Amino acid sequence: MAAAANPIEQFEIHDIFPVVKIAGQQISLTNSALYMILAVVLTAALMLGTTAGRRLVPTRMQSVAELIYEFVASMLRGAAGEHGLKFFPLVFSLFMFVLFTNVVGLIPYTFSVTSQIIVTASLALLVFFTVIIHGFWAHGLHFLKLFAPSGIPIYILPLIVVIELLSFLARPISHSVRLFANILAGHITLQLVASFVTMIGALGVVGWFAATLPLVFTVALYALELLVAFLQAYVFAILTCIYLNDSLHPAH
Amino acid sequence: MDPVAAKYLGAGLACIGMGGAAIGVANVFGQFLVGALRNPSAAGGERNTLFLGFALSEAFGIFSLLIALLLLFVL
Repeated sequence: MAAAANPIEQFEIHDIFPVVKIAGQQISLTNSALYMILAVVLTAALMLGTTAGRRLVPTRMQSVAELIYEFVASMLRGAAGEHGLKFFPLVFSLFMFVLFTNVVGLIPYTFSVTSQIIVTASLALLVFFTVIIHGFWAHGLHFLKLFAPSGIPIYILPLIVVIELLSFLARPISHSVRLFANILAGHITLQLVASFVTMIGALGVVGWFAATLPLVFTVALYALELLVAFLQAYVFAILTCIYLNDSLHPAH
Repeated sequence: MDPVAAKYLGAGLACIGMGGAAIGVANVFGQFLVGALRNPSAAGGERNTLFLGFALSEAFGIFSLLIALLLLFVL
């Protein structure tokens, strides 16, 4: 059946126009890049466009921007303390990028940027290397105290260090795969259930009435995917804050 | 065994992992409810931790779904 082969086709990357050829590899503007640019433009329009008036008593849209700012700032302050606020631009950018790409990807016929592992892995590795580099820059070798918490008896210390090291190295993997797999699975399920509507609807008059069942399920699934879009953006950001806290305050 | 058949069998087996994730997610919400029914006024403050715990425990169910999708469409 044709619909069964289609679930992966929505994730294909298409070139829109070529830009430059570096070392035999064609670099072009792809649909993925276009939606990333769209996410940045929407974020800028929301934050810059609404606050241009800088009213003391905010307009509705200005208070939306202020609410989002306060939400991310309180999340970062709660997880990393007052010193953590120096990472606010990074955390806010990550949160808004993931939020807008998730939500825009739900519109039919768009491309979901975060359903590509390369995008989520790049973001997760950005956070991972920020943690490591800032940790060594701010604390020197004392940063390695992260893997040897205080109060551990000396005879199990080697085992604890190995376990802590492995769980630290597993962070970028789980950080990226969580977002990627959630969005990917959501879009594949949506495509599958929506294809049921057309498959059943093609069966004649009975099909038209019977197809309302998968249609209702598609609507419910869309609501769930919208919740997942917001939730995964929030989880990505708060885990970033928690990992950054480890680089700011490494000693337990 | 035919490799394609083995792939489909593997994909089916991978979905068993979602049972554990379902129990985990139900645990998170259940414990939140227990705490919220004991202390309703403090429940709002813990809502953020609730969503974080839900997403972290659901992630493992999604990992097993990812293995199933990898087997079906990539390998």
